[in-house]
Amino acid sequence: MALYSEKVMDHFRNPRNVGVIEDADGVGEVGNPVCGDIMKIYLKINDEQVIDDVKFETFGCGSAIASSSMATELIKGKPLDEALQLTNKAVTEALDGLPPHKLHCSVLAEEAIKSAVKNYYDNNGIEYDPADFPEEHDCEACHL
Amino acid sequence: MFVYADNAATTAVSKKVVDAMLPYFTEVYGNPSSLYSVGQKAKEVLEEAREKVAKILGAKPREIYFTSGGSEADNQAIISAARAGAKKGKKHIISSKFEHHAVLHTLEALEKEGFEITLVDVHSNGVVDPKEIEDAIREDTALVTIMYANNEIGTIQPIAEIGKICREKKVWFHTDAVQAISHVHINVEEQNIDMLSISAHKFHGPKGVGVLYAKGGIPLTNVINGGAQERGKRAGTENLAGIVGLAVALEDAVAHIDENNEKLSKLQDRLIEGLSKIPYSELNGDRHARVTSNVNFCFEGIEGESLLLLLDDKGVAVSSGSACTSGSLDPSHVLLAIGRPHEVAHGSLRISLGEDATEEQVDYIVNAVTEVVEYLRGFSPFWGDLVSGKRPHVFEEHAQIA
Repeated sequence: MALYSEKVMDHFRNPRNVGVIEDADGVGEVGNPVCGDIMKIYLKINDEQVIDDVKFETFGCGSAIASSSMATELIKGKPLDEALQLTNKAVTEALDGLPPHKLHCSVLAEEAIKSAVKNYYDNNGIEYDPADFPEEHDCEACHL
Repeated sequence: MFVYADNAATTAVSKKVVDAMLPYFTEVYGNPSSLYSVGQKAKEVLEEAREKVAKILGAKPREIYFTSGGSEADNQAIISAARAGAKKGKKHIISSKFEHHAVLHTLEALEKEGFEITLVDVHSNGVVDPKEIEDAIREDTALVTIMYANNEIGTIQPIAEIGKICREKKVWFHTDAVQAISHVHINVEEQNIDMLSISAHKFHGPKGVGVLYAKGGIPLTNVINGGAQERGKRAGTENLAGIVGLAVALEDAVAHIDENNEKLSKLQDRLIEGLSKIPYSELNGDRHARVTSNVNFCFEGIEGESLLLLLDDKGVAVSSGSACTSGSLDPSHVLLAIGRPHEVAHGSLRISLGEDATEEQVDYIVNAVTEVVEYLRGFSPFWGDLVSGKRPHVFEEHAQIA
């Protein structure tokens, strides 16, 4: 069996929603270069609290790029509260699975979206429950 | 175009080798330990192969042990020296920071048993300083083991010089020559080598067969126990077809070293020159003290696995030392050992050319790598931070090649 599913390879080869939104309403960045992956998510949110547009930039391996791409697909056009429900498990399932040592890529995607939504709330003085936005998981992976 | 440029990982078995091996599957299939003719014929062929290998290495046939490959040979060499040393109270071993895992993990296991391991530095150019080995040798040093050429960055170590120091200090010296044997002239006697490991599949021989050379008088410890094969030091019915393949491949590789080096060094120059044009990139390892097939670069702002997957789509088979490709969470220990920071080591690429490589293929690789690096940088937030100055560059804009 190949390392990655066909779905992963498709999203890696033809990533959806790549790029930058210059006048984004919320931007979230997670990961760091020492660990070898960074994901940055840009959100455009309308008055109805719906994600009109989403773009991403990713530094990382094939599954990191595919996870970002899939995650943006899954939240595009969705209301914010729905986007916040997106789990890494949902991203992984939508990609027809990831190898065990790559699951952290889907975690990063979930965290990047939460971080961008939090940034939007902060920018607009919208109240939220901090418990919905746990601190970015520490990078135990890289023993930092 | 398809370009296989990962010959340091493995090579295609040559037609000549396959043809040489075939009779030993269906015609001379006897067990070399059997006393009837088809067994004894196999035994004869086995000993001919041993003589051939011994002659090439400058050794005696009785000093050649066939193994399952380089890893087994490394394990046996180190464990043998450790066991013999321990009997005399010598429990110190010297090696380097960027050895193959077959060496490093064996040393780690010995460390847990109470051996003391000194790993010498390999410096920013990826070359061990023999003086540092000399300084590290102690009364209780049982073994020095230093690879002949590094598997990732191809740097060649001053083996004869290290061997001379070890001879003078009366310490056994082992070298993992897996990556060097088809690129460098090796003679164990002239180069003061006590033990040496090679593996057939790195020089167009079959996988699963290698050689441990151990100088007469070195008591070997079995890694595989059982029958009395290999003078009792390596049990298991001999992989005769594989051994014949190894001998033929080795003979062929060694006979063409100079010719191949002359050709490959030109292609290596062309490849290094081409890849150096990619901004913020750098060659890993010494420019000159390296096997002619190897080129290894780091590119800032990108990750190696995505680079190699996209190169695969373009028909270029290469490897990377990024964490994601190493199967561990850290990038290559070799790149870290030469002082590359983690974030740069993640963006590495190893190209190892075959002897049949052409200028067209090299140009194709350069174009493909240039395109893919640019594409990945295009949506890498890490690269964006480097460009905007939010994070500092590690490399100069134009590659610095010593």
